[in-house]
Amino acid sequence: MIQPRPDAAPPTDWDLSPAPETVKVRIDPESRLYIDGGFAAAADGRTFETVNPASEQTLSRVADAGSADIDRAVEAARRALRGWSRTPAIERAKYLFRIARRIQDRSRELAVLETLDGGKPIKESRDVDVPLVAQHFFHHAGWCDKLRHAVPGRDPVPVGVCAQVIPWNFPLMMAAWKLAPALACGNTCVLKPAETTPLTAIRLAEIFEEVGLPPGVVNIVTGGPETGRLLVEHGDVDKVAFTGSTEVGKRIAASCAAKRRKVTLELGGKGPHVIFADAAIDQAVEGIVSGIWFNQGQVCCAGSRLLVEERVLEEVIEKLAWRMKSLRVGDPMDKNTDVGAINSRRQLDTIRGYITRGVDEGATLHECGDRPLPDRGFWCRPTFFSGVQPSQTIAREEIFGPVLAVMSFRTPEEAVARANDTAYGLSAGVWTDKGAKALEFARRAKAGVVWCNGFNRFDPTAPFGGFRESGFGREGGAVGLREYLA
Amino acid sequence: MSRVPVAKTCKLYIGGSYPRSESGRSEPIADPAGMVLAHVARASRKDLRDAVEAAAKAVDGWGAATTYLRGQILYRIAEFMESRRDELAEAVRSVEGATAAAARREVDRSIDRMVSFAGWTDKITTVLGGQCSVAGPNYVMATIEPIGVVGSIAPAAPSLLGFVTAMAAPLCAGNTVVVLASERNPLPAVAMSEILGVSDVPNGVVNVLTGGVAEIAPLLASHRQVQALGAIGLEPRLAAAVGEAAAESLKRIRLVDLPAEKSGLEDSERWTSIDAIAPFTEVKTIWHPASIG
Repeated sequence: MIQPRPDAAPPTDWDLSPAPETVKVRIDPESRLYIDGGFAAAADGRTFETVNPASEQTLSRVADAGSADIDRAVEAARRALRGWSRTPAIERAKYLFRIARRIQDRSRELAVLETLDGGKPIKESRDVDVPLVAQHFFHHAGWCDKLRHAVPGRDPVPVGVCAQVIPWNFPLMMAAWKLAPALACGNTCVLKPAETTPLTAIRLAEIFEEVGLPPGVVNIVTGGPETGRLLVEHGDVDKVAFTGSTEVGKRIAASCAAKRRKVTLELGGKGPHVIFADAAIDQAVEGIVSGIWFNQGQVCCAGSRLLVEERVLEEVIEKLAWRMKSLRVGDPMDKNTDVGAINSRRQLDTIRGYITRGVDEGATLHECGDRPLPDRGFWCRPTFFSGVQPSQTIAREEIFGPVLAVMSFRTPEEAVARANDTAYGLSAGVWTDKGAKALEFARRAKAGVVWCNGFNRFDPTAPFGGFRESGFGREGGAVGLREYLA
Repeated sequence: MSRVPVAKTCKLYIGGSYPRSESGRSEPIADPAGMVLAHVARASRKDLRDAVEAAAKAVDGWGAATTYLRGQILYRIAEFMESRRDELAEAVRSVEGATAAAARREVDRSIDRMVSFAGWTDKITTVLGGQCSVAGPNYVMATIEPIGVVGSIAPAAPSLLGFVTAMAAPLCAGNTVVVLASERNPLPAVAMSEILGVSDVPNGVVNVLTGGVAEIAPLLASHRQVQALGAIGLEPRLAAAVGEAAAESLKRIRLVDLPAEKSGLEDSERWTSIDAIAPFTEVKTIWHPASIG
């Protein structure tokens, strides 16, 4: 690991040569819906563009599903339900295992496509997203014939047709988190990927076709917010699963409550990341970096509120500022890139708005490096604010960008109180060399996931989800399966 | 002149190699009409020791592999079995005189069973372990670990399904195994050895002995480096002797009787349930204080 040396000037007189990912990936100029085992344009012929956020070039014109398409997708899922739910569990398992294997086979292609469509560094899509996607299907494949062990004392019965709406920050991974458990339990699905990142979900449909998944078991409908609304409010859906903003999540919660419909929601967060003075500070700094600048900070469980014990505050800020300078911002297709493009112009505007707000409200802005950014594309340098007051906007609202708010505390009690001073409750992180302290902090944190001496770790065996306004329900592990069983 | 077939020398599988029995013994295996199909190595006490030693050497690596990796390696065995379905079916059919369809059914069941066990590796802890709500400020986890070297005795029949079940249950929990094949028909076990040899299973993780069950089973049971013993369908008097021999070194034992008809192993609900795996695991309870001080 690089040892931060606050006294040393960062090495600016040398640079890494470009290391572009050169694998060419087929991108169809027109992307179609995947319904009932076939690919089709939207019934009314409408399309929208998906662009590469690192170049602003159009990658593909994508079918914009309207109500006729949603009807057709839900009907297909309903028709497929009988056969799929009665397919012997071990046979369902073999489909899912095969899907996992094909994802592994095609992992480079999927990683490249994910990066082109979403802007995340190829390093991340290649080493984090896609491997986790394969693992998620593999893990859930194994559950198919073991469901009675996941819900002891119950006859495992699928819920039915699942409407699943996912965000743009981890497009494939969220698709896997939604589809794998649903399919393992014998449900059928209609999945709507995000408007700005539809391509990898459609590519996943090719894999479903390759493995011979029966028509209608998974249907993929692309579109914007209206497509999502039509899907989750459709009259013949048995369950809704949504990952996205708390604002939309609340509307979905209301609509599902009115319809008495089973629902799981994985929403926003403002994760506290607590550094005690007895922590290994250098490692903690690496954890902070991963916590807020992984995937450009566009992570619902990001550690976006840094709480540092006062007597190491100065040291942490110094080391963080030094470490931040070595982050490479730019072309996501370069294998050396640490921070890629922001997913869309709209998100970039939102993030910039928050940065302006932070400055206006009196916090001190620290920005990463002075290397030139590409002329085109949506870029935001990693940023942190020091001198932040807990009442300020940047300490309270989810920014969903590479912007960290740094605050301090004096006592462990204050650390807990400040950590929990949020309406959200998705993730929390704690750094200390005292195991007892880490575990007691974890117990008191109002968060669905607590990372001790680490951050942003994911595994299909480990449930993920939020407390409070970060949503309800879990994905992963045995408890994740309960969400897909009646 | 008609072509002379190249008959296979059926050897043991120990530490990733295929040795003959050091005793120099081999035995003919005949079809129901008495026609000799192959000669199979008859393992000795020394072969058993070699197999246990190989298994013991492989324990640390296999036990430390991630459960995800172990799952993929087990699944790969199933993939290889699928591509050798005909060979496996022939190994079952030729000796036992089963119909081709019945032999294929056994092969399919065996592959599916392998798939099922492949799916268990990363779920055993979820199902058997967990956090303990102790009455005090402690964070207590009951974690599940492999035992180490497991000796596993396959039933006389069904030869392939029995072998796979005997092998995979301890294997998926992270143990290394010494499997004693069906004495009546060891050919499917020999075919499996060859599959294992080209699969991703590390050397020594599975070791296969063919030979006399009455001769080897008590030796397996009394070997001190074998930490658990599984046996399916042992003849009752032999089962009792094996159990007693195992008790001397306090081995965990799982002796399961099979009903006379061979359908006993076909119940996958039973044979792939957690109860088939739990006997080959240890529970480790880890205590850690929780206090913010």
